[in-house]
Amino acid sequence: MIAKRYVLPGDLIVEGNPHLKPLANVIKVGDRLHSTRIGIVEISQNGVKVIPLSGIYIPRVGDLVIGKIIDYSALAWEVDINSCFLGHLPAQDVFGKEFSPGRDDLTKRFNIGDVIACRILNFDRTRDPLLTVADKDLGKISEGEIVKISPTKVPRLIGKRGSMIQMIEQLTRCRILVGQNGVLIVTGTNKDAMHVAVKAIRMIEEGAHTANLTERVKEMLHGVQVGR
Amino acid sequence: MSRLMSEEGIRIDGRRWNELRPVKIEVGVLKNADGSSYIEFGKNKIVVAVYGPKEVHPKHMALPDRSVLRCRYHMLPFSVEERKNPAPSRREIEISKITREALEPALILEDYPRTVIDVFIEVLQSDGGSRCAGITAASVALADAGINMRDLVAACAAGKVGGRIVLDINDEEDKMGEADMPVAYLPNLKQISLLQLDGKLTADEYRECLNLAISGCMQVYNMQREALMKKYFSTADKGGEDEEE
Repeated sequence: MIAKRYVLPGDLIVEGNPHLKPLANVIKVGDRLHSTRIGIVEISQNGVKVIPLSGIYIPRVGDLVIGKIIDYSALAWEVDINSCFLGHLPAQDVFGKEFSPGRDDLTKRFNIGDVIACRILNFDRTRDPLLTVADKDLGKISEGEIVKISPTKVPRLIGKRGSMIQMIEQLTRCRILVGQNGVLIVTGTNKDAMHVAVKAIRMIEEGAHTANLTERVKEMLHGVQVGR
Repeated sequence: MSRLMSEEGIRIDGRRWNELRPVKIEVGVLKNADGSSYIEFGKNKIVVAVYGPKEVHPKHMALPDRSVLRCRYHMLPFSVEERKNPAPSRREIEISKITREALEPALILEDYPRTVIDVFIEVLQSDGGSRCAGITAASVALADAGINMRDLVAACAAGKVGGRIVLDINDEEDKMGEADMPVAYLPNLKQISLLQLDGKLTADEYRECLNLAISGCMQVYNMQREALMKKYFSTADKGGEDEEE
Protein backbone atom coordinates (compact mmCIF):
# COMPACT_ATOMS: atom_id res chain seq x y z
CA MET A 1 0.00 0.00 0.00
CA ILE A 2 1.22 3.48 -0.86
CA ALA A 3 1.36 6.13 1.86
CA LYS A 4 -1.94 7.47 3.18
CA ARG A 5 -3.52 10.07 0.98
CA TYR A 6 -6.38 12.37 1.85
CA VAL A 7 -8.80 13.23 -0.93
CA LEU A 8 -11.84 15.41 -1.53
CA PRO A 9 -14.63 14.85 -4.06
CA GLY A 10 -13.30 15.20 -7.61
CA ASP A 11 -9.64 14.71 -6.68
CA LEU A 12 -7.55 12.78 -9.15
CA ILE A 13 -6.21 9.57 -7.59
CA VAL A 14 -4.45 7.81 -10.48
CA GLU A 15 -4.11 8.48 -14.17
CA GLY A 16 -3.44 6.09 -17.02
CA ASN A 17 -3.20 2.81 -15.13
CA PRO A 18 -5.61 0.36 -16.80
CA HIS A 19 -4.96 -2.36 -14.19
CA LEU A 20 -6.54 -0.44 -11.33
CA LYS A 21 -10.29 -0.74 -11.08
CA PRO A 22 -12.53 1.83 -9.41
CA LEU A 23 -13.97 0.30 -6.22
CA ALA A 24 -15.98 2.02 -3.46
CA ASN A 25 -16.35 5.80 -3.79
CA VAL A 26 -14.18 6.06 -6.88
CA ILE A 27 -15.31 6.91 -10.42
CA LYS A 28 -13.58 6.49 -13.74
CA VAL A 29 -13.46 9.43 -16.16
CA GLY A 30 -11.55 8.47 -19.30
CA ASP A 31 -8.35 6.87 -18.00
CA ARG A 32 -8.42 8.80 -14.74
CA LEU A 33 -9.75 7.69 -11.37
CA HIS A 34 -11.38 10.35 -9.23
CA SER A 35 -12.61 10.25 -5.64
CA THR A 36 -16.28 10.96 -4.95
CA ARG A 37 -15.99 11.51 -1.20
CA ILE A 38 -13.90 13.12 1.49
CA GLY A 39 -11.72 10.28 2.67
CA ILE A 40 -8.55 8.24 2.67
CA VAL A 41 -7.30 6.46 -0.46
CA GLU A 42 -6.55 2.77 -0.33
CA ILE A 43 -4.83 1.23 -3.34
CA SER A 44 -4.61 -2.56 -3.50
CA GLN A 45 -4.13 -5.13 -6.22
CA ASN A 46 -7.85 -5.26 -6.89
CA GLY A 47 -8.27 -1.56 -7.41
CA VAL A 48 -8.64 1.77 -5.72
CA LYS A 49 -11.09 2.66 -2.99
CA VAL A 50 -11.73 5.62 -0.75
CA ILE A 51 -12.66 5.13 2.89
CA PRO A 52 -15.15 7.93 3.49
CA LEU A 53 -14.99 10.20 6.54
CA SER A 54 -18.53 11.53 6.36
CA GLY A 55 -21.89 10.40 5.14
CA ILE A 56 -25.01 8.50 6.02
CA TYR A 57 -25.47 4.74 6.26
CA ILE A 58 -26.21 2.88 3.02
CA PRO A 59 -27.32 -0.71 3.78
CA ARG A 60 -25.18 -3.66 2.66
CA VAL A 61 -26.29 -7.28 2.59
CA GLY A 62 -25.15 -9.12 5.70
CA ASP A 63 -24.75 -6.04 7.91
CA LEU A 64 -25.89 -6.21 11.51
CA VAL A 65 -27.94 -3.11 12.23
CA ILE A 66 -29.89 -1.80 15.18
CA GLY A 67 -33.24 -0.32 14.30
CA LYS A 68 -36.44 0.96 15.78
CA ILE A 69 -39.91 -0.23 14.83
CA ILE A 70 -41.81 2.78 13.56
CA ASP A 71 -44.85 1.19 11.95
CA TYR A 72 -46.47 -2.11 11.09
CA SER A 73 -49.03 -3.38 8.62
CA ALA A 74 -50.88 -6.72 8.54
CA LEU A 75 -47.85 -8.38 6.98
CA ALA A 76 -44.69 -6.57 8.02
CA TRP A 77 -42.93 -4.09 10.28
CA GLU A 78 -41.26 -0.92 9.10
CA VAL A 79 -37.93 -0.34 10.80
CA ASP A 80 -35.95 2.87 11.04
CA ILE A 81 -32.36 1.75 10.48
CA ASN A 82 -30.76 5.21 10.53
CA SER A 83 -30.55 5.34 6.74
CA CYS A 84 -32.38 7.01 3.87
CA PHE A 85 -34.15 3.70 3.29
CA LEU A 86 -36.66 2.11 5.66
CA GLY A 87 -36.05 -1.48 6.71
CA HIS A 88 -38.74 -4.01 5.89
CA LEU A 89 -39.18 -6.90 8.30
CA PRO A 90 -41.80 -9.38 7.03
CA ALA A 91 -43.99 -11.05 9.67
CA GLN A 92 -43.17 -14.47 8.21
CA ASP A 93 -39.59 -13.98 9.31
CA VAL A 94 -40.75 -13.90 12.94
CA PHE A 95 -43.83 -16.15 12.96
CA GLY A 96 -42.60 -18.69 10.42
CA LYS A 97 -44.24 -20.12 7.32
CA GLU A 98 -47.53 -20.72 9.12
CA PHE A 99 -48.05 -17.00 9.67
CA SER A 100 -51.61 -15.90 9.12
CA PRO A 101 -52.46 -12.20 9.17
CA GLY A 102 -55.85 -13.03 10.66
CA ARG A 103 -54.59 -15.12 13.57
CA ASP A 104 -51.22 -13.65 14.49
CA ASP A 105 -50.96 -10.21 16.02
CA LEU A 106 -47.75 -8.45 15.02
CA THR A 107 -47.73 -6.25 18.11
CA LYS A 108 -47.36 -9.38 20.30
CA ARG A 109 -43.74 -9.64 19.11
CA PHE A 110 -42.63 -6.12 18.27
CA ASN A 111 -44.50 -2.93 18.99
CA ILE A 112 -43.91 0.58 17.72
CA GLY A 113 -40.92 2.02 19.56
CA ASP A 114 -39.22 -1.32 20.18
CA VAL A 115 -35.52 -1.46 19.39
CA ILE A 116 -34.32 -4.55 17.54
CA ALA A 117 -31.05 -6.00 16.33
CA CYS A 118 -31.39 -7.36 12.83
CA ARG A 119 -29.43 -8.33 9.78
CA ILE A 120 -29.82 -7.06 6.20
CA LEU A 121 -30.99 -10.03 4.16
CA ASN A 122 -31.36 -8.38 0.79
CA PHE A 123 -30.88 -4.91 -0.66
CA ASP A 124 -30.28 -3.50 -4.12
CA ARG A 125 -31.38 0.17 -3.80
CA THR A 126 -34.42 -0.38 -6.03
CA ARG A 127 -36.43 -1.66 -3.09
CA ASP A 128 -36.27 -1.12 0.64
CA PRO A 129 -33.79 -3.33 2.51
CA LEU A 130 -35.20 -6.65 3.65
CA LEU A 131 -34.37 -7.47 7.27
CA THR A 132 -34.25 -10.67 9.29
CA VAL A 133 -34.16 -11.42 13.00
CA ALA A 134 -33.87 -15.18 12.49
CA ASP A 135 -30.41 -15.70 13.86
CA LYS A 136 -28.85 -15.96 17.27
CA ASP A 137 -28.35 -12.68 19.12
CA LEU A 138 -30.91 -10.95 16.90
CA GLY A 139 -34.31 -9.68 17.95
CA LYS A 140 -35.72 -7.32 20.52
CA ILE A 141 -33.32 -5.40 22.74
CA SER A 142 -34.81 -4.92 26.18
CA GLU A 143 -32.12 -2.98 28.02
CA GLY A 144 -29.07 -0.82 27.55
CA GLU A 145 -28.13 2.64 26.50
CA ILE A 146 -28.48 3.69 22.89
CA VAL A 147 -25.49 5.59 21.51
CA LYS A 148 -25.46 6.96 17.98
CA ILE A 149 -22.23 7.64 16.13
CA SER A 150 -21.44 8.49 12.54
CA PRO A 151 -21.72 5.26 10.50
CA THR A 152 -18.38 6.05 8.82
CA LYS A 153 -16.64 5.71 12.19
CA VAL A 154 -17.92 2.20 12.92
CA PRO A 155 -14.94 0.29 11.39
CA ARG A 156 -12.57 2.37 13.53
CA LEU A 157 -14.59 1.66 16.66
CA ILE A 158 -14.40 -2.06 15.99
CA GLY A 159 -10.70 -1.92 15.15
CA LYS A 160 -8.55 -4.58 13.57
CA ARG A 161 -10.24 -7.95 14.19
CA GLY A 162 -12.31 -6.28 16.89
CA SER A 163 -9.31 -5.14 18.94
CA MET A 164 -10.66 -1.71 19.86
CA ILE A 165 -14.15 -2.75 20.87
CA GLN A 166 -12.84 -5.77 22.82
CA MET A 167 -10.46 -3.56 24.73
CA ILE A 168 -13.27 -1.23 25.79
CA GLU A 169 -15.49 -4.16 26.74
CA GLN A 170 -12.78 -5.77 28.85
CA LEU A 171 -11.68 -2.62 30.62
CA THR A 172 -15.19 -1.37 31.42
CA ARG A 173 -16.89 -4.76 31.81
CA CYS A 174 -19.69 -3.55 29.58
CA ARG A 175 -21.13 -5.21 26.53
CA ILE A 176 -21.30 -3.12 23.39
CA LEU A 177 -23.49 -4.24 20.52
CA VAL A 178 -22.40 -2.45 17.36
CA GLY A 179 -24.77 -1.88 14.47
CA GLN A 180 -23.08 -1.10 11.17
CA ASN A 181 -25.59 1.73 10.82
CA GLY A 182 -23.91 3.67 13.62
CA VAL A 183 -26.33 2.72 16.40
CA LEU A 184 -24.76 1.06 19.44
CA ILE A 185 -26.23 -0.52 22.54
CA VAL A 186 -24.14 -0.36 25.69
CA THR A 187 -25.16 -2.72 28.48
CA GLY A 188 -23.59 -3.32 31.84
CA THR A 189 -24.34 -3.66 35.53
CA ASN A 190 -22.41 -0.60 36.63
CA LYS A 191 -23.76 2.83 35.62
CA ASP A 192 -20.35 4.51 36.00
CA ALA A 193 -18.65 1.89 33.87
CA MET A 194 -21.25 2.38 31.15
CA HIS A 195 -20.62 6.09 31.33
CA VAL A 196 -16.90 5.50 30.80
CA ALA A 197 -17.60 3.18 27.87
CA VAL A 198 -19.72 5.86 26.20
CA LYS A 199 -16.95 8.38 26.80
CA ALA A 200 -14.46 6.07 25.07
CA ILE A 201 -16.84 5.63 22.12
CA ARG A 202 -17.17 9.39 21.75
CA MET A 203 -13.41 9.74 21.91
CA ILE A 204 -12.99 7.29 19.04
CA GLU A 205 -15.68 9.03 17.03
CA GLU A 206 -13.93 12.37 17.35
CA GLY A 207 -10.45 11.12 16.68
CA ALA A 208 -11.23 8.34 14.21
CA HIS A 209 -8.59 9.42 11.71
CA THR A 210 -5.77 10.12 14.17
CA ALA A 211 -2.84 7.86 14.93
CA ASN A 212 -2.18 5.97 18.18
CA LEU A 213 -5.85 6.17 19.06
CA THR A 214 -5.89 2.73 20.65
CA GLU A 215 -3.14 3.78 23.07
CA ARG A 216 -4.87 7.01 24.00
CA VAL A 217 -8.22 5.30 24.59
CA LYS A 218 -6.45 2.69 26.72
CA GLU A 219 -4.76 5.40 28.76
CA MET A 220 -8.05 7.19 29.29
CA LEU A 221 -9.78 3.99 30.42
CA HIS A 222 -6.95 3.11 32.82
CA GLY A 223 -6.87 6.67 34.14
CA VAL A 224 -10.55 6.55 35.00
CA GLN A 225 -10.21 3.21 36.75
CA VAL A 226 -7.30 4.41 38.87
CA GLY A 227 -9.23 7.52 39.82
CA ARG A 228 -12.26 5.58 40.95
CA MET B 1 -18.12 55.28 -15.06
CA SER B 2 -14.96 56.86 -13.72
CA ARG B 3 -16.47 56.55 -10.25
CA LEU B 4 -16.19 52.76 -10.44
CA MET B 5 -12.69 52.64 -11.91
CA SER B 6 -9.90 55.12 -11.18
CA GLU B 7 -7.29 56.21 -13.71
CA GLU B 8 -4.79 53.83 -12.17
CA GLY B 9 -7.21 50.93 -12.60
CA ILE B 10 -8.23 50.72 -8.94
CA ARG B 11 -11.84 49.75 -8.33
CA ILE B 12 -14.35 51.33 -5.97
CA ASP B 13 -13.41 48.99 -3.09
CA GLY B 14 -9.68 49.28 -3.73
CA ARG B 15 -9.18 46.09 -5.69
CA ARG B 16 -7.37 45.64 -8.98
CA TRP B 17 -9.16 44.18 -12.02
CA ASN B 18 -8.09 40.58 -11.30
CA GLU B 19 -8.55 40.44 -7.54
CA LEU B 20 -11.22 38.58 -5.57
CA ARG B 21 -12.84 40.02 -2.48
CA PRO B 22 -11.65 38.42 0.78
CA VAL B 23 -13.18 34.94 1.13
CA LYS B 24 -13.61 32.85 4.25
CA ILE B 25 -15.17 29.37 4.23
CA GLU B 26 -16.02 27.26 7.27
CA VAL B 27 -17.25 23.67 7.21
CA GLY B 28 -19.61 21.90 9.59
CA VAL B 29 -21.02 24.95 11.37
CA LEU B 30 -24.45 23.42 12.08
CA LYS B 31 -24.75 20.40 14.33
CA ASN B 32 -28.25 19.34 13.34
CA ALA B 33 -27.70 19.32 9.58
CA ASP B 34 -26.05 16.39 7.79
CA GLY B 35 -23.67 18.82 6.14
CA SER B 36 -23.20 22.56 6.47
CA SER B 37 -20.95 25.46 5.66
CA TYR B 38 -20.59 29.18 6.17
CA ILE B 39 -19.09 31.53 3.64
CA GLU B 40 -18.04 35.15 3.74
CA PHE B 41 -17.46 36.45 0.25
CA GLY B 42 -16.76 40.15 0.49
CA LYS B 43 -19.75 41.47 2.42
CA ASN B 44 -21.82 38.37 1.65
CA LYS B 45 -22.51 36.19 4.67
CA ILE B 46 -24.24 32.94 3.82
CA VAL B 47 -25.06 29.78 5.76
CA VAL B 48 -25.81 26.56 3.90
CA ALA B 49 -27.38 23.44 5.40
CA VAL B 50 -27.70 20.09 3.62
CA TYR B 51 -30.09 17.36 4.72
CA GLY B 52 -30.15 13.92 3.23
CA PRO B 53 -30.27 11.73 1.33
CA LYS B 54 -33.51 11.02 3.14
CA GLU B 55 -36.95 9.67 2.41
CA VAL B 56 -39.13 11.75 0.14
CA HIS B 57 -42.32 13.30 1.42
CA PRO B 58 -44.76 13.48 -0.34
CA LYS B 59 -43.87 10.05 -1.69
CA HIS B 60 -45.08 10.68 -5.25
CA MET B 61 -42.22 13.13 -5.73
CA ALA B 62 -39.65 10.35 -5.47
CA LEU B 63 -37.86 9.23 -8.61
CA PRO B 64 -37.29 5.47 -9.05
CA ASP B 65 -33.80 5.79 -10.54
CA ARG B 66 -32.20 8.72 -8.76
CA SER B 67 -32.36 11.16 -5.92
CA VAL B 68 -34.26 14.44 -6.10
CA LEU B 69 -32.21 17.55 -5.42
CA ARG B 70 -34.13 20.42 -3.85
CA CYS B 71 -32.48 23.80 -3.41
CA ARG B 72 -33.77 26.85 -1.62
CA TYR B 73 -31.96 30.14 -1.91
CA HIS B 74 -33.42 32.57 0.59
CA MET B 75 -32.53 36.05 1.74
CA LEU B 76 -33.32 36.91 5.32
CA PRO B 77 -35.33 40.10 5.90
CA PHE B 78 -32.31 41.86 7.41
CA SER B 79 -29.86 40.81 4.69
CA VAL B 80 -30.38 43.98 2.66
CA GLU B 81 -30.62 47.69 3.51
CA GLU B 82 -34.37 47.89 3.38
CA ARG B 83 -36.33 45.04 4.94
CA LYS B 84 -36.98 42.27 2.46
CA ASN B 85 -40.26 40.43 2.53
CA PRO B 86 -39.36 36.91 3.66
CA ALA B 87 -41.68 35.29 1.12
CA PRO B 88 -39.79 33.80 -1.86
CA SER B 89 -39.51 36.46 -4.57
CA ARG B 90 -39.26 35.93 -8.31
CA ARG B 91 -35.51 36.45 -8.06
CA GLU B 92 -35.08 33.91 -5.27
CA ILE B 93 -37.08 31.29 -7.13
CA GLU B 94 -34.85 31.81 -10.15
CA ILE B 95 -31.66 31.56 -8.10
CA SER B 96 -32.93 28.41 -6.39
CA LYS B 97 -33.43 26.87 -9.81
CA ILE B 98 -30.06 27.85 -11.27
CA THR B 99 -28.33 26.71 -8.06
CA ARG B 100 -29.93 23.31 -8.41
CA GLU B 101 -28.91 23.12 -12.05
CA ALA B 102 -25.36 24.22 -11.21
CA LEU B 103 -24.98 21.53 -8.53
CA GLU B 104 -26.76 18.63 -10.25
CA PRO B 105 -23.97 17.73 -12.72
CA ALA B 106 -21.52 17.42 -9.83
CA LEU B 107 -23.67 15.05 -7.77
CA ILE B 108 -24.03 11.34 -8.45
CA LEU B 109 -27.75 11.30 -7.79
CA GLU B 110 -28.17 7.80 -9.27
CA ASP B 111 -26.46 6.42 -6.16
CA TYR B 112 -29.47 7.33 -4.00
CA PRO B 113 -32.70 6.36 -5.78
CA ARG B 114 -36.05 7.18 -4.14
CA THR B 115 -34.51 9.75 -1.84
CA VAL B 116 -34.26 13.51 -1.60
CA ILE B 117 -31.37 15.85 -0.86
CA ASP B 118 -32.34 19.24 0.54
CA VAL B 119 -30.03 22.23 0.26
CA PHE B 120 -30.92 25.38 2.17
CA ILE B 121 -28.98 28.53 1.35
CA GLU B 122 -29.71 31.37 3.76
CA VAL B 123 -28.24 34.76 2.99
CA LEU B 124 -27.58 36.61 6.26
CA GLN B 125 -26.02 39.63 4.61
CA SER B 126 -26.00 40.29 0.92
CA ASP B 127 -23.53 41.91 -1.44
CA GLY B 128 -23.09 41.41 -5.17
CA GLY B 129 -22.46 37.85 -6.30
CA SER B 130 -24.46 36.07 -3.62
CA ARG B 131 -25.57 33.35 -6.05
CA CYS B 132 -21.96 32.41 -6.73
CA ALA B 133 -21.12 32.45 -3.04
CA GLY B 134 -24.23 30.35 -2.37
CA ILE B 135 -23.25 27.71 -4.94
CA THR B 136 -19.68 27.62 -3.64
CA ALA B 137 -20.85 27.11 -0.06
CA ALA B 138 -23.53 24.59 -1.07
CA SER B 139 -20.97 22.40 -2.82
CA VAL B 140 -18.78 22.40 0.30
CA ALA B 141 -21.79 21.52 2.47
CA LEU B 142 -22.72 18.66 0.13
CA ALA B 143 -19.19 17.27 0.40
CA ASP B 144 -19.45 17.62 4.19
CA ALA B 145 -22.71 15.66 4.12
CA GLY B 146 -20.83 12.79 2.44
CA ILE B 147 -22.85 12.69 -0.75
CA ASN B 148 -21.11 11.08 -3.73
CA MET B 149 -19.85 13.82 -6.02
CA ARG B 150 -18.01 13.80 -9.32
CA ASP B 151 -16.39 17.09 -8.42
CA LEU B 152 -16.79 20.17 -6.26
CA VAL B 153 -18.47 23.21 -7.78
CA ALA B 154 -16.74 26.57 -7.50
CA ALA B 155 -18.48 29.72 -8.64
CA CYS B 156 -17.30 33.22 -9.32
CA ALA B 157 -18.47 36.15 -11.41
CA ALA B 158 -16.66 38.42 -13.82
CA GLY B 159 -17.98 41.43 -15.67
CA LYS B 160 -17.33 44.76 -17.29
CA VAL B 161 -16.91 47.89 -15.20
CA GLY B 162 -15.78 51.28 -16.47
CA GLY B 163 -14.95 49.76 -19.84
CA ARG B 164 -12.71 47.04 -18.39
CA ILE B 165 -13.23 43.33 -17.82
CA VAL B 166 -12.89 42.72 -14.08
CA LEU B 167 -13.14 39.74 -11.72
CA ASP B 168 -15.71 39.28 -8.96
CA ILE B 169 -18.28 42.05 -9.31
CA ASN B 170 -19.50 43.60 -6.04
CA ASP B 171 -22.91 45.12 -5.40
CA GLU B 172 -22.16 48.65 -6.68
CA GLU B 173 -20.36 47.36 -9.75
CA ASP B 174 -23.27 45.04 -10.42
CA LYS B 175 -25.80 47.87 -10.25
CA MET B 176 -23.82 50.52 -12.13
CA GLY B 177 -21.41 48.50 -14.25
CA GLU B 178 -21.92 47.39 -17.82
CA ALA B 179 -22.01 43.60 -17.50
CA ASP B 180 -22.14 40.84 -14.87
CA MET B 181 -21.41 37.21 -15.70
CA PRO B 182 -21.73 34.55 -12.94
CA VAL B 183 -20.03 31.26 -13.76
CA ALA B 184 -20.04 27.94 -11.87
CA TYR B 185 -17.25 25.54 -12.76
CA LEU B 186 -16.33 21.92 -12.06
CA PRO B 187 -12.55 22.31 -11.72
CA ASN B 188 -11.39 18.71 -12.19
CA LEU B 189 -13.82 17.81 -14.94
CA LYS B 190 -13.36 21.24 -16.56
CA GLN B 191 -17.08 21.71 -17.09
CA ILE B 192 -19.22 24.81 -16.77
CA SER B 193 -22.49 24.26 -14.93
CA LEU B 194 -23.75 27.84 -14.74
CA LEU B 195 -23.30 30.69 -17.16
CA GLN B 196 -25.45 33.78 -17.00
CA LEU B 197 -24.84 37.19 -18.50
CA ASP B 198 -26.53 40.43 -17.62
CA GLY B 199 -25.35 43.29 -19.85
CA LYS B 200 -23.63 43.67 -23.17
CA LEU B 201 -20.23 42.31 -24.23
CA THR B 202 -18.55 41.93 -27.62
CA ALA B 203 -17.48 38.43 -28.65
CA ASP B 204 -13.87 39.14 -27.63
CA GLU B 205 -14.91 40.66 -24.33
CA TYR B 206 -17.13 37.67 -23.70
CA ARG B 207 -14.23 35.25 -24.15
CA GLU B 208 -11.96 37.32 -21.93
CA CYS B 209 -14.66 37.61 -19.30
CA LEU B 210 -15.37 33.85 -19.29
CA ASN B 211 -11.68 32.99 -18.95
CA LEU B 212 -11.31 35.48 -16.12
CA ALA B 213 -14.37 34.06 -14.34
CA ILE B 214 -12.95 30.54 -14.65
CA SER B 215 -9.63 31.68 -13.20
CA GLY B 216 -11.64 33.17 -10.33
CA CYS B 217 -13.44 29.84 -9.89
CA MET B 218 -10.07 28.10 -9.60
CA GLN B 219 -9.05 30.50 -6.81
CA VAL B 220 -12.36 29.86 -5.06
CA TYR B 221 -11.84 26.11 -5.54
CA ASN B 222 -8.52 26.27 -3.70
CA MET B 223 -10.25 27.98 -0.78
CA GLN B 224 -12.95 25.30 -0.75
CA ARG B 225 -10.25 22.63 -0.63
CA GLU B 226 -8.43 24.39 2.14
CA ALA B 227 -11.61 24.67 4.23
CA LEU B 228 -12.50 20.99 3.78
CA MET B 229 -8.93 19.84 4.44
CA LYS B 230 -8.84 21.92 7.61
CA LYS B 231 -12.07 20.41 8.92
CA TYR B 232 -11.27 16.79 8.10
CA PHE B 233 -7.51 16.38 8.14
CA SER B 234 -5.95 19.07 10.32
CA THR B 235 -5.86 16.79 13.37
CA ALA B 236 -4.67 13.79 11.40
CA ASP B 237 -1.07 12.88 12.08
CA LYS B 238 0.34 11.47 8.92
CA GLY B 239 2.01 8.10 8.79
CA GLY B 240 0.31 6.78 11.91
CA GLU B 241 -1.19 3.35 12.15
CA ASP B 242 -4.75 3.02 11.08
CA GLU B 243 -6.39 -0.02 12.52
CA GLU B 244 -9.59 -0.64 10.75
CA GLU B 245 -11.82 -3.61 10.80
